[in-house]
Amino acid sequence: MARLQMAKGMRLAAAKTYVAERLGMAERDLADCAAMQEVRGELGLGRIYEGEAPHALDPSPLEAKANISRLLDLPVNSVTRLEARRSA
Amino acid sequence: MEPKIPTRMADGSLTEMTRSEIRADLEAGVGEAVRRGKVEPLAEDELEHLLDIFASSARFTAVDIGDEVMLSFDGTGAPQFDRIGGLLLYEQCLASDSLELFHQDYSYKAVKTLVPNEQMTMRIAQERLTIPVHYGSQPDLGRYSEPDGPCPNWSTLLPELRIDEARAAQEQAMELAVEDMVHVAEALWEAGADGINFDTAGAAGDADLLATLRAVEILRARHPDMGMMVGMAAERVLGTHGELTYKGTRVAGQWPAGQQKLVEEAGATIYGPAVNVNTGRTVAWNTSRALALVKPCCAAARIPVHMNAGMGVGGVPMHTVPPIDAVSRMSKACVDILRLDGL
Repeated sequence: MARLQMAKGMRLAAAKTYVAERLGMAERDLADCAAMQEVRGELGLGRIYEGEAPHALDPSPLEAKANISRLLDLPVNSVTRLEARRSA
Repeated sequence: MEPKIPTRMADGSLTEMTRSEIRADLEAGVGEAVRRGKVEPLAEDELEHLLDIFASSARFTAVDIGDEVMLSFDGTGAPQFDRIGGLLLYEQCLASDSLELFHQDYSYKAVKTLVPNEQMTMRIAQERLTIPVHYGSQPDLGRYSEPDGPCPNWSTLLPELRIDEARAAQEQAMELAVEDMVHVAEALWEAGADGINFDTAGAAGDADLLATLRAVEILRARHPDMGMMVGMAAERVLGTHGELTYKGTRVAGQWPAGQQKLVEEAGATIYGPAVNVNTGRTVAWNTSRALALVKPCCAAARIPVHMNAGMGVGGVPMHTVPPIDAVSRMSKACVDILRLDGL
């Protein structure tokens, strides 16, 4: 939601609805750390690294942002620039 | 006898008041906003809700589940760590929603001289962090006046009633500030920043804010996808110039509702109203005053509104370590009454 607010100037209610629909989940779960840790793991969106449950095979931050960009259909500046460098 | 409840002064000190005294303070704060800002008072049910929030003895309070809002920052990290480490701490340990990379000399004029290093740090931040990381600094128009800058100092010209010269100096400074803000913003955007924060806009008055609006307008025309947040310095724009207009609207004297329209028109994506605290009054008084002043802009806004809720603004005590009981009460009050988009 923070990305939609910053990049698109989208107000919070609309941003919550948009993200929930895109991820196929309830709006109420978006701020639920228990639910989101699972969803983030399944969709490769980046997770909190906790010592008792390492996620060594999770995507790197830039990979996670590429997944976020794809799932939300939202350009992410750092990802766009990485792709531009790779295709140059 | 009515029991006393622990509550906070806006200098951070703990005091005790009765429920009736807190209610009177809430009404007085709103009254001050109505008198000075010519806004509508808060409704009776809103005042009752604020009273329930502030007449609690709980150490911490929070919004209801489902009412969570975004948190944005003007400056993140911690001096105990290197800058990237500090940002990681905010993401991984504090569960921040977004972050701001910033330089300790928090001024676009100062940052311009070392912008390649800021670009490099931003690039590394973007490789190591998943949540949005924007770059932030201040327009800081005063830096362009003598002895720190090349322009005559309008703060010394104005008391001498050399009004035309003071205005000309501010107009000259604006041109330089716009150039610096655009230069730094484009450099950080090129390095992968998720957005740019123009923080404490209007700190040096109407020329300071107008320079920011012009920079935002230029950047929006060149970069349609650039996120831009404009956070204000105060609840009312000082008329240090007095005659400046943006798209036909006089900049000086604007309260949050007017500021928000200007920021929207310029092309920013987030507006941050700021209401400075009176440290001699309670947090309850300051919060109710701030809410009444900011409420008109929340309903009308087309872009997200992130209330400034740091030390010394919005009702948060002017203290280096604001007590969590005060911060959480002020934050819940903002979300519940204003229905805003973030803090």
